[in-house]
Amino acid sequence: MNYHWNWGVFFQEIPGGGEYYWELMVAGIGWTLAVSACAWVIALALGSVIGTIRTTTNPWLVLLAKTWVEVFRNIPLLVQMFLWYFVAPELIPPLKRWVIQVDPGTAQFLAAIVCLGLFTSARIAEQVRAGIQSLSTGQRYAGMALGLTPTQVYRHVLLPMAFRIVIPPLTSESMNLIKNSSIALTIGLAELTFRAREMGEYTFNFFEAFTAATLIYIVIAMTANRVMATIERKTAVPGFIAGGSR
Amino acid sequence: MTLDFDVIQRSLPYLWKGFQYTVQLTGTAALGGLFFGTLLALARLSAVKFLAYVAAGYVNLMRSIPLILVIFWFFFLVPLVVQGISGAERPPQMGAERTAIITFIMFEAAYFCEIMRAGIQSIPKGQVYAAYALGLTYAQSMRLVILPQAFRNMIPVLLTQLIILFQDTSLVYVISATDFVGAAAKVAQRDGRLVEMYLFVALVYSVICFTVSQMVKRLQSRIAIVH
Repeated sequence: MNYHWNWGVFFQEIPGGGEYYWELMVAGIGWTLAVSACAWVIALALGSVIGTIRTTTNPWLVLLAKTWVEVFRNIPLLVQMFLWYFVAPELIPPLKRWVIQVDPGTAQFLAAIVCLGLFTSARIAEQVRAGIQSLSTGQRYAGMALGLTPTQVYRHVLLPMAFRIVIPPLTSESMNLIKNSSIALTIGLAELTFRAREMGEYTFNFFEAFTAATLIYIVIAMTANRVMATIERKTAVPGFIAGGSR
Repeated sequence: MTLDFDVIQRSLPYLWKGFQYTVQLTGTAALGGLFFGTLLALARLSAVKFLAYVAAGYVNLMRSIPLILVIFWFFFLVPLVVQGISGAERPPQMGAERTAIITFIMFEAAYFCEIMRAGIQSIPKGQVYAAYALGLTYAQSMRLVILPQAFRNMIPVLLTQLIILFQDTSLVYVISATDFVGAAAKVAQRDGRLVEMYLFVALVYSVICFTVSQMVKRLQSRIAIVH
């Protein structure tokens, strides 16, 4: 293949910027991590609530939770990103007035974390629901027999176990979220993949930039995996297989 | 603001062409991905350590980086590889649509590999021994005994992956391919009708994906093999 590798390109200066290309990539990593972290908080909070609601006995709440999951699961993430960034401000005039005033970066960041947060919340909700439903009904009854209110049963009996059970699927969901954050480049957010392509376009050293981005994603994914494994080990309840070693 | 849903009707033929490409891309990637994914799964489960490592490495690499980055990789890589094979003087003009098909086959192969691997491992070992005892070769026992059952067991998961793939093909937008979303985005930007077009696209996708996923659910309860 006719391709001239030049790994020194990362230490070249960006024309007219006074910065180096490696700094461009590092800035990209920062955005990728910031978007993923904020979206993860939203996703975990909403996903837990929606997933828990689906296991309650109130038919309206269950329907609401089901609809939530279906809506976010059946529209491509890219289209959802466009809906939050381009369509939402048009439909909500106060939001539009605000968006026009702020820095475009802020608007992109907010749209991205709301979009990724809600999308991931639907997926986490399904896992939380599965986690709660995997517990034997005896646990719920035992809680009620002790005189706990439904809220207390969830708070002290069901959820503490369910959350431990869903840690492994939550791990893969977190890694999906980090990968999905790259879709924010379509609304102009300068995260890692965006920066890799930009660097390729400036220097024509596409493959060096993509290799660097690939390696960084692998490192981030492995780190997230380790962190979740540590949490799983630290929170394991002795005597249960779920939340075991690794 | 005033909404003008007329724009959808006006651009329907163009959108339909984009939609056809989306379906074509999804179908080709699913068939190609299933074929290569099954081969990868066999390699991963192979007794030849080298094959197993290479297959595992490929699958793990594909699964740990974002699809958009994979699309970019192949967009620039495929023309160079084709040039290398054909010995042409300069990289050929591949076009985003054709590159996308290659990209999605290669990418989906990694995901279908994991599904087929789980499927193959769900078949009791005794079946392999029984096949060998009958005098079948490795290829025969796989083709006639193991894979048909593995495939059947995995049909619901394969269909779920198909729905995900159908949604993921929208990402060819990043290399300006004209799929359904790409076509809608082009009309939206040309006519300044982003709200109408993107709402329409979201509606079409959600109706299709919801319908298919309900069908998969029903199928799942019907074909569940009783042990």
